[in-house]
Amino acid sequence: MILDLARLFINFFMTGLFSIGGGLATLPFLYDMSDRTGWFTHEELSNMLAISESTPGAIGANMATYTGFHVASLPGAIVATAGLAMPGIIIILIIARVLAVYRNNPYVESAFHGLRPASVGLIAAAAVSVLQISLLHWERLGAGTWTELFHFKAILLAVILFILTRKFQKIHPVVFLAGSAVIGIIFSFAE
Amino acid sequence: MKQLLELFISFFKVGAMTFGGGYAMLPILEREVTVNKKWISTEEIMDYYAIGQCTPGLIAVNTSTFVGNKLAGPAGGVIATLGFLTPGFLVILLVAVLLNNVMDYEVVHHAFAGVRVCVFVLIVNTCIKMGKSSIDGLFTFGIFAVVLAATVFFSVPPALLVILAGILGVLQGLRRPAPESGEKQDDDPGKGGLS
Repeated sequence: MILDLARLFINFFMTGLFSIGGGLATLPFLYDMSDRTGWFTHEELSNMLAISESTPGAIGANMATYTGFHVASLPGAIVATAGLAMPGIIIILIIARVLAVYRNNPYVESAFHGLRPASVGLIAAAAVSVLQISLLHWERLGAGTWTELFHFKAILLAVILFILTRKFQKIHPVVFLAGSAVIGIIFSFAE
Repeated sequence: MKQLLELFISFFKVGAMTFGGGYAMLPILEREVTVNKKWISTEEIMDYYAIGQCTPGLIAVNTSTFVGNKLAGPAGGVIATLGFLTPGFLVILLVAVLLNNVMDYEVVHHAFAGVRVCVFVLIVNTCIKMGKSSIDGLFTFGIFAVVLAATVFFSVPPALLVILAGILGVLQGLRRPAPESGEKQDDDPGKGGLS
């Protein structure tokens, strides 16, 4: 038991330490972990990815919780999730301290002048990937007619949501999220 | 103590409303910490987010740690991260224990297909808002466009792009009058971007 927990911690700590760029960046490491340890199969991994995309929280953290639970129940889930999060926490705390000292350094300020638009570019790229899975049938590319590429109900909902969210900015996003879930059910969005 | 509790609750809320990983966190986080609580500015979130992209670990964890640390020191960083991770943790435990096959229910697929559309719109809104405050000319627009294209079309690792953008920012800062700059980058920090 203790040995399992130690192995879980070390494996997920290493994953957290080496995956740069968020949850999806942990995937190659998780595939590798699956091959080495046999804790979970590749198929379980892809199922988990689907579940993670539709449940709250970070994808990598969800994978750690799930794997840890299967290997060593609740203590395993805690140890694996903590192991994954820990490198990031430690490194960010160090960076924050360094940054506090150099905050007003002109070089640091210029660096941020370049970083911010890059940050927006990355968010826009994320929007594009969500666009592919929510408004388009990307998997049908090259098969059938071009109109089959579009998920028309979803596009209509997106336009309506865009107008509503901009018009009623005081309303909390979760209201729109919940509303969209209901609309998705009523109009059978998963085609 | 009270502040830590408030941090935990705020990040618990953000964690509970984040569907689909780190990126989906931003619109919710931005609402909670800049609009509702007025703890930090949108610019700071962008800085933290950019740094979170090029440092090891999960973006959501890194961003939570940054914000929490800024408000209440290292303990705040840890508490904010714990708060963010807790809802997902509980849900996954529930999934693992009770219904390993949630995805077998068709209604779940329909609901999440709807939610994804909304996540898309929320991310676009965040983009517009953050773009307005960070894109102030040709140089910054160039970085935005190149990063977007490089990620979408060429799957260039985000960490690399963030680091290059930081270097470009410094190089551009070295040249006092800054009319314009392209996407080419120069690795030698001593030279400065000369045209």
